[in-house]
Amino acid sequence: MFTPKNVHPYARKVLTRHLEARRRQLALPRHLTSGPAGASASDYEGMGLDGLTESQVQVRKAISAICRKFPDEYWAQKDIEGTYPNDLHRELANGGWIGICMPEAYGGSNLGISEAAVMLQTIAESGAGIAGAQTIHANVYAMQPVWTFATEEQRFRWLPPIIAGKQRACFAVTEPNTGLDTLRLQTNAVRQGDKYVVNGGKIWISSAQVAQKMVLLARTTPLSALEKPSEGLSLFFADIKEEDGVTPRKGIELRQISKMGGRAVDANQVFFDNFEVSAADRIGEEGKGFKQILHGMNAERCLLAGEALGLGHAALRRATRYASERIVFNRPIGQNQAIQHPLAQSWVDLEAAKLLTYNAARAYDDHVEGKGSAHTDLGARCNAAKYFAAEAAFKACERAVMSI
Amino acid sequence: MRPSPSRLLNILVPVKRAVDYAVKIRVNPQQTGIDTNVKHSMNPFDEIAVEEAVRLRERTDVSSIKLVTIGPPKSSETLRTGLAMGADAGIHVELPESAPAPEPLGVAKALRAVIERQKEPVDVVILGKQAIDDDAGQTGQMLAGLLGWSQATFASKVEIDSAGKEATVLREIDGGSEELKCKLPVIITTDLRLNEPRYASLPNIMKAKKKPIEKLTPSDLGVDLTPILQTLKVTEPPKRVGGGKVENVDELIAKLKEAGITAA
Ligand SMILES: Cc1cc2nc3c(=O)[nH]c(=O)nc-3n(C[C@H](O)[C@H](O)[C@H](O)COP(=O)(O)OP(=O)(O)OC[C@H]3O[C@@H](n4cnc5c(N)ncnc54)[C@H](O)[C@@H]3O)c2cc1C
Repeated sequence: MFTPKNVHPYARKVLTRHLEARRRQLALPRHLTSGPAGASASDYEGMGLDGLTESQVQVRKAISAICRKFPDEYWAQKDIEGTYPNDLHRELANGGWIGICMPEAYGGSNLGISEAAVMLQTIAESGAGIAGAQTIHANVYAMQPVWTFATEEQRFRWLPPIIAGKQRACFAVTEPNTGLDTLRLQTNAVRQGDKYVVNGGKIWISSAQVAQKMVLLARTTPLSALEKPSEGLSLFFADIKEEDGVTPRKGIELRQISKMGGRAVDANQVFFDNFEVSAADRIGEEGKGFKQILHGMNAERCLLAGEALGLGHAALRRATRYASERIVFNRPIGQNQAIQHPLAQSWVDLEAAKLLTYNAARAYDDHVEGKGSAHTDLGARCNAAKYFAAEAAFKACERAVMSI
Repeated sequence: MRPSPSRLLNILVPVKRAVDYAVKIRVNPQQTGIDTNVKHSMNPFDEIAVEEAVRLRERTDVSSIKLVTIGPPKSSETLRTGLAMGADAGIHVELPESAPAPEPLGVAKALRAVIERQKEPVDVVILGKQAIDDDAGQTGQMLAGLLGWSQATFASKVEIDSAGKEATVLREIDGGSEELKCKLPVIITTDLRLNEPRYASLPNIMKAKKKPIEKLTPSDLGVDLTPILQTLKVTEPPKRVGGGKVENVDELIAKLKEAGITAA
């Protein structure tokens, strides 16, 4: 909103009074007029809500109300500065949103990935983009395998601080030499008494700078000693920071990778040099890490699909606004079919992606609730949703840029 | 809570489902009204009313906060929004989807009937000063008239003394503010500066799902909500023409004279 800065004090007084009067005239409460222009200034109606459940629609409304506090300028600035959007994380934690799919007994709200995907879509769609969604992304999906396979004692110790936003989690699987080929991970954790000693390294670990906890997948049995290659990895929920929550603990080094986009959220190379993890922080049985992590992967695929959907709609919103405002040859460029058709096509793609995404999320939730017999192809569904939504979003962004 | 000889307060907050403030309003092709197939949410002034009721509970002895809405089936979403903000229960006077929007007098009569059928007498009714769809700004005043209660409209600050059964309300008037003391029961309507409504937290949204909503029909209340005014035509305001920039004061004065504006 226009604020009268850099003007003569008297002029400022007059202007302020004028703005105040205008606000009254519009009959809008202050908390509403100070919101971002981006979301409201356009006729673009975005995603159709048909097919969403009542609770998904409710989540969407509540999250968009929170995101109205963070205008496009906020996100542009975060991206330019490369600083973490802590304010959004705090706001979402205060509202109890991080616990969206964790059990009620630990302070969660026991909803499903169907609702969490809507939440992340809505964040991305507000203009926050993938970076905005990533501020809580790992705290939602990576906590799925954590709480599912943790003991009661561990859940009480781990979940409440994450839900309250006092601690944050990052997710560390990818290694420089092993990305998709997870079963060949090399970072090893060797048991010594009541602790494990970790050596090796990870790469591309998002939010490690701000996180206190790391969902860590490491090798506890060498590949050569295994009959089943899927049983050599174990999952940990490791403390990576000192008491102050900021300084990395002994034996772990984080080196930030500079990126071309999504710069507000850090990505890191992580080095372990005799890094100690308490045996009490191992999740479930030794050697079961791979199976456990797969549980989180399908959840993440659905969330990423939601985030992509949101990004695609944000791009289309900007593009349609520009197309209707930009006058060339005496008429808005949006009246030309060369501008219209690609954007309309992208909207269709996003609508189709929505159906795949929320269908996969529902299948995931059914599966978790033990109603999964009809969904033997859960992994395929979640992958299809992630692939299709990401493609649709990419195209929408590309076309938006071409239109503008 | 401190012991109090008086009965705890019962607050009623009427809330309306209105076209969302961010939606660009379009007149329908028949020019009989606006296109309502758009995003709706709780009237912003009613949000302020719910917020004030919830805050009153934090500083006085409040027994219950009940919401009431009069509208189509989807208005129950508006009730859930208010319940998630902290109200205890809701009443939905349900109208068919096709029914015309009720007018302030009809709404005020329905609210009176709702108030009269409460087992626990209502002490405070907090309404928005207006709904941003029709901008009528009459319901609160009409309700006070029908009930013969005190009224404090356009409130920017509310204090309630539950023991003394009195409300002190600061209201915004042209050129300043005015402080009123009213006996309970009282009708209060909210202005912009009363408070900034909270965002419903997820745990509260979950709790709201389990809060009771009583469904009533206008005939249960013995009221007829058929409009008594006839809308002849709805049109869009004339398009604004762009402004121009002037180089200096002389040019500005010349332009003003051209437009027929002279010093008084
Ligand atoms: C910004 C960013 C943030 C990230 N955040 C995290 C994080 O927080 N935590 C984390 O653990 N990881 C994270 N990652 C890592 C990400 O999950 C990996 O990049 C991904 O798993 C792919 O691994 P890779 O890069 O090693 O690809 P590779 O394994 O090198 O694969 C590259 C490509 O080769 C082809 N290919 C490989 N194998 C096959 C095959 N068998 N069949 C056909 N084609 C094949 C595919 O086209 C594939 O895309 C992040 C990555 C980025 C870029």
